[in-house]
Amino acid sequence: MGHHAEAPAESTDELVVLSVSDKNKKVRTVQVHRPVPEEVSFLPALAKGLGITLKHFFGNVVARKETETIQYPEEKKPYPARNRGLHRLMLRDDDTERCVACMCCPTVCPANCITIVPAERDDKGIEKHPAVFEIDELRCVVCGFCVESCPCDAIRMDTGEHATAVEHRYESIMTKEAMMDHKSIMQPDVLAKRGSLSTAVQGGTGPKWREES
Amino acid sequence: MTTTDWIFWVLDSAAIKWVVLIMVFVMPVASLLTWAERRQSAMMQDRLGPNRANIGPIKLWGILHFVADAVKMIFKEDFIPEKAHKGLFILAPILSLAPVFIAFAVIPFGPTIYPNELGSVIPLSTPVDTTNAINLQVFNIEWGLLFYFAILTLANYGSVVAGWASYNKWALLGGLRASSQMMSYEVAMGLSLMGCFLVMGTLEPEAMVQWQSPNPAHWGIVVQPLAFILFFTAAIAETKRAPFDLPEGEPEIIGYFVEYSGMRWGMFFLAEFIEIVFIAAVISTVFLGGYQVPFLEADGFRVAGTTLPISHGFVVLMQVGMLSAKILFLCFAQLAIRWTLPRFRPDQLMDLGWKKLLPLALFNLMLTALVMAVL
Repeated sequence: MGHHAEAPAESTDELVVLSVSDKNKKVRTVQVHRPVPEEVSFLPALAKGLGITLKHFFGNVVARKETETIQYPEEKKPYPARNRGLHRLMLRDDDTERCVACMCCPTVCPANCITIVPAERDDKGIEKHPAVFEIDELRCVVCGFCVESCPCDAIRMDTGEHATAVEHRYESIMTKEAMMDHKSIMQPDVLAKRGSLSTAVQGGTGPKWREES
Repeated sequence: MTTTDWIFWVLDSAAIKWVVLIMVFVMPVASLLTWAERRQSAMMQDRLGPNRANIGPIKLWGILHFVADAVKMIFKEDFIPEKAHKGLFILAPILSLAPVFIAFAVIPFGPTIYPNELGSVIPLSTPVDTTNAINLQVFNIEWGLLFYFAILTLANYGSVVAGWASYNKWALLGGLRASSQMMSYEVAMGLSLMGCFLVMGTLEPEAMVQWQSPNPAHWGIVVQPLAFILFFTAAIAETKRAPFDLPEGEPEIIGYFVEYSGMRWGMFFLAEFIEIVFIAAVISTVFLGGYQVPFLEADGFRVAGTTLPISHGFVVLMQVGMLSAKILFLCFAQLAIRWTLPRFRPDQLMDLGWKKLLPLALFNLMLTALVMAVL
């Protein structure tokens, strides 16, 4: 029942004193809240409650007015711009990797999830490139230190995608080729906005940078 | 007997009618309710609910979830606790499912069908060709609603036996809660219908429907409004669903079927939903004019002196459809109530049953008796 025997009646309300005894001022007649039939029968409250739930029900059935649900695999809400997602390797103008295999990122990586095997590069100005560049996305703690430490903007985590579910652990290891294939890991609109090329001038401005600045 | 006579004789047999009723109406509606409850509650709570089960491209708003559920339950492990009483453990789900199926026999699902008159308009006064008539009530007995009370009380055993046979303290306590609740509310349920018995002068559902006539002013809800509210309340308590889901509450109260899994659990679950359909059918029959369509007599619509003749076949179709619509609406109402109201405390539950519903039902009965005596 709405009003149990011990339940205090409207405890926040002020005590309404109806009359005070002449002989003893402490003896007073006060107004108490007695349950009234429409409260005890529940029916007005039931109707009110049903009104609220049915309003939501019909609103949602007819117009899907209040539901906030995003039908996940089909509909995706884009991550914010600063989100750290899957890694990608940025490209040079000739579609080769920007990475020069300086080993900064595997050194700084707290999860030890980056594997780089450096190799000679024909271009003497660049000297090195990674023959193997693998990131184990299961071990990655998504701290972003690799991106921070990279001296040539070669690695980024701005794909806007998170690591997907896989059936075998080895499938979660991203190879160099996978990380350079931006079209297959990024949504087209995100890729169009963020591009594949770094905004940094490729190869720097050379020895002339003092005069130019 | 010619072959046609023989076919109609088979069609009119109780077993065939009962099987058709259960397989064509009751089971599909109950199965769909398992989906409808989740979807409706979701819509009431601004969610979407289960909407993804599909066969290839056929999605149908997720209606196929009940198929997925059935497949899941069939393939789940059928676990029987080591110390459980095996015989009773297996018997309990059947004990709670079977009575509800049997009780459907007394519900008149439509008027008597006269196969030879299907295409013609039946005049009200002249006798009709009654050969091969099919009565759409499976079990026509004078004490129909007493039969329903007697049979549905047996469902009580299902919960108690399940609780006891599981060899689990919490299941046993849940069974006790279920039995105390069901017994308390059966009293109020029976007494609230007594007023209707007095007014309509019969216990036979088909005769009650006939008494109510196609005029909505004659329906049980108009002549016995208090009884309608009392019976509806007690009936919801009888189905053991929120706000009366003390015997077992899905999220937090361990109930009498805690040890059940797979399809045995599914039978308890299905029994609950079939009870919803059954309660809706009883309320439609006693209070909402059963299969009567407003102002539709056997020969067509009669409004304010004018008559729109309709052939017997269409009348039967409309009346059966009307009863189905009433039942579906009441199922919807029960689900809406279940997802609107918070749960009672055990003392509040007993308080409502014994101190509120029972005196009100007695008061209603006496008032009705007085009015009947005066008139």
